[in-house]
Amino acid sequence: MSLRTSLRPLQAHASQPWAAIRHGINKTLLAGWALLASTAVHANASSQSSLDPQGPLAGSIAKLFWGMLIGGGLILAAVAVLIFIALYKGKIAAEPQPLTFRQSRNLVLVSGVVIPALILTVFVISSAGINRELVAPMPEDAMTIRVTGHQWWWEIDYLDQAGNIIAKTANEVRIPVDTPVKFALEASDVIHSFWIPQLNGKTDMIPGKTNITWVQASKPGRYRGQCTEFCGKQHAKMAFHVEAMTQDDYAGWLQQQASPAREPSTEAQQRGRAVFLKSSCVMCHSIRGTTAMASVAPDLTHIGSRKSLAAGSIENNAAISPRGF
Amino acid sequence: MSMHPPHSSAIPDPAYDAETRQLEQTWASPPGFFAWFTHVNQTNIGMRFIVTGFVFFLLGVILALLMRWQLAVPENTVMGPELYNQIFSMHGITMMFLFAIPVMEGVAVYIIPLMLGTRDMTFPRLNAFGYWIYLIAGIMMYIALFLNIAPDAGWFSYPPLAGAAFSPGLGLDFYTTVITFMEISALVAAIELIATIFKCKVPGMSLNRMPIFVWSILVMSFMIVFALPPLVIASLMLALDRMAGMQFFTAASGDPVLWQHLFWFFGHPEVYIIFIPALGMISSIIITFTQRPIFGYIPIVLSIVSIGFIGFGLWVHHMFTAGLPQLGANFFTASSAMIAIPSGVQIFCWIATLWGSKPRMDTPMLYVMGFFLIFIIGGLSGVMVASVPFDMQAHDTYFVVAHFHYVLVGGALFPLIGGVHYWYPKFTGRMMSERLGKWTFWVTFIGFNLTFFPMHQLGLQGMPRRVYTYIDGLGWNQLNLFVSLSAVILALGFVMTLLNALISLKRGKSAGDNPWNADTLEWATSSPPPSYNFRHIRIVDSRYPLWSGTGGLEQNAVVHGIRSDRREILLTSILESHPEARQPLPGPSPWPFWLAVAVALTFAGMMLHLAIPLIGFLLCFAAITGWIWPRSGRAAA
Repeated sequence: MSLRTSLRPLQAHASQPWAAIRHGINKTLLAGWALLASTAVHANASSQSSLDPQGPLAGSIAKLFWGMLIGGGLILAAVAVLIFIALYKGKIAAEPQPLTFRQSRNLVLVSGVVIPALILTVFVISSAGINRELVAPMPEDAMTIRVTGHQWWWEIDYLDQAGNIIAKTANEVRIPVDTPVKFALEASDVIHSFWIPQLNGKTDMIPGKTNITWVQASKPGRYRGQCTEFCGKQHAKMAFHVEAMTQDDYAGWLQQQASPAREPSTEAQQRGRAVFLKSSCVMCHSIRGTTAMASVAPDLTHIGSRKSLAAGSIENNAAISPRGF
Repeated sequence: MSMHPPHSSAIPDPAYDAETRQLEQTWASPPGFFAWFTHVNQTNIGMRFIVTGFVFFLLGVILALLMRWQLAVPENTVMGPELYNQIFSMHGITMMFLFAIPVMEGVAVYIIPLMLGTRDMTFPRLNAFGYWIYLIAGIMMYIALFLNIAPDAGWFSYPPLAGAAFSPGLGLDFYTTVITFMEISALVAAIELIATIFKCKVPGMSLNRMPIFVWSILVMSFMIVFALPPLVIASLMLALDRMAGMQFFTAASGDPVLWQHLFWFFGHPEVYIIFIPALGMISSIIITFTQRPIFGYIPIVLSIVSIGFIGFGLWVHHMFTAGLPQLGANFFTASSAMIAIPSGVQIFCWIATLWGSKPRMDTPMLYVMGFFLIFIIGGLSGVMVASVPFDMQAHDTYFVVAHFHYVLVGGALFPLIGGVHYWYPKFTGRMMSERLGKWTFWVTFIGFNLTFFPMHQLGLQGMPRRVYTYIDGLGWNQLNLFVSLSAVILALGFVMTLLNALISLKRGKSAGDNPWNADTLEWATSSPPPSYNFRHIRIVDSRYPLWSGTGGLEQNAVVHGIRSDRREILLTSILESHPEARQPLPGPSPWPFWLAVAVALTFAGMMLHLAIPLIGFLLCFAAITGWIWPRSGRAAA
């Protein structure tokens, strides 16, 4: 809002000072709301907000949150009003006017015991109800993706019905839309936590155990996830992306990922491959279809097809992309 | 109830008689630098706990400001992850272990014997020993930070990250060994508070006449006795994992989740250990500032006791995302929500007491009002995160950071600052500046809300905790900058309180014995209290002893026959407070200090070589021998 537009109505009301002031206050309020709204819009534009759910699971949790927020807001307002009345009664009276014993007892019993007990019963039941939705049995033939947390990256295995690996990638999960996808969560070193706020709540990845969670995206898009259990030095940078694709796109993509790396075609690509295979890169990384088969760091097969690098911390754009792998 | 004190009579109280002089001589703490290490009087030790606690609090605030500096803008480079991870770990360790518990215990050690009307606590040397342990442990943690080898796996130190394989440096060794022996300090103070509360009440102060603050300290102490041993055992097991390869918590042959159970079995009650004394302070302040008996003494006491029990049944809500069975998790939703009921009962008892009263709105009362708003918000967000599905979104995000700062700062620190203003006249004999106090309250209150409220939204927008940086473009920038700037306002509020306390030491109005016209016995002696606390041991006949009588000592019965030529207190029965025995107490001694040094050496020595604990053990043995060595004509410890 520019200064000029807000000044003009002020001049128009110059003859009626009260109205002008009121108008000014309204304008200010409006500007305040606009600012708030703009941050809200901004929040929705971010790709890691639990308030902007993009699937049925995160959607139910968000509904629960809004319900609790409204309920909590009403409770807070009610108690604040009560405290205000309590003090105001004393303030306007000449002498202190305490409640009688019976009034006090009823106040404590009703507002301190009966009402909270009722509200909390509703709360516990609705929370457990939503929890039931979230952990409802998955379809027998649900596709499974195994994610293994490492300090500080994500190893991702697409499994077939028999539990064999179809394709292996890192730091980027692709899923088909409108399909419940089961995630088997493991960790190789310390505890991590797997969280995609727009799709579902988090589940810890604990070494020696396999935790199960599932996600479902309602529309194609890119959703950011991040490690949420403190896992050491670079915990802050341990992120990843989920790419939800149409079911056809997904099928094609998985098939392509399952194949070994393409042979380099241009001279630059051939030189790149030679540099990679001759340097210490191969001590840690693997590229299927080459002699690089180490597994302590992310599998780099088809890395050109990924949209980000370094555990979701930088974009994989053409300027730095090692094309051809 | 009938009272049969050994000798009770109304005796005149000459201002300064031979017996007063005798008492002064008997209970005096010897002067001089070296003698300072031998003091055992409860007022000395209590004040040391309080002052040391607030020094660590300020250090914790500085660490918080450093974190907010780093997080003010995305991809900031004020510090790298190595330092940030040490700082956030030390912030938690400082606030939980070095500030909150010791300062609450310090207020209790100072105030409780005065409220009970007795001359000292039951085990004065143990008291001093606890303080030295605490001081040495705190200093060691900060030496580690200044050497850049502080623990960097959080105050919770989850293995396997905290194990030797993934944290090979000395940092986690400091955590495991220092935490283990530091908790001795909290434990001995708790045991001593229980013994003192049960056995040292003045005649007539039956359990149902004990001030609510005393009840809250009793419950806190019992919680410490049951909650801290699991932590001591767990941190010792982690130390053995790291130093002797015991494999308690490794994934290969132990269980990393076991640590989480043990840690939170301590860690959740810990929150209530901090919060319950604050509830007692609020009751004291409300009674005094409304000048009327509290409504619902019994429901309030029962609420405090039930919070003490329920507090042990909630720990799993810290582990909702760990993949535990869902039915069990929902049970812990219910138990966590249940804590809202005793809290609600207390809040409404206070409101009933306030209703229609004309409370004196001085600084302590303002902090109580601030408590109401902040604590209710924190309580409501606490119920939210008790829900398993919502917690799966909120857990380990800034939403939780906001939540527990609302409950700990609003629920414990605000009442504590109110309590400091309230008891400052008793501590020092002078009033804190009321004008500065009111200004400070508003700066602190506004600064607090501006700092922590936006963190709720940051968490909902997906910002995890314990991150040293965040990338641009996630919509977190503005709020983070706002929070960082607001943190400066909040810190300014704390500094203003500190300045007020320092300036008032010299310039404050003279307080007199009972400046607020309060009801409890600590106000029945001079400010600050003499080394022997009370010239006469009173006999009380109501919950509000200073309000019920005509006030003058002449009209009140006192106990006769306690010796003044040696340190001696009166022991009474637990329930009815009938006089039972006279108990001699030990006087100043250097041995508590030396024993604390030996204990610190025993535990910290483990970091360097496993043979040092053996030497330390022998030194401990020598110090204990010195401590209990019988002396002719003196009371034994």
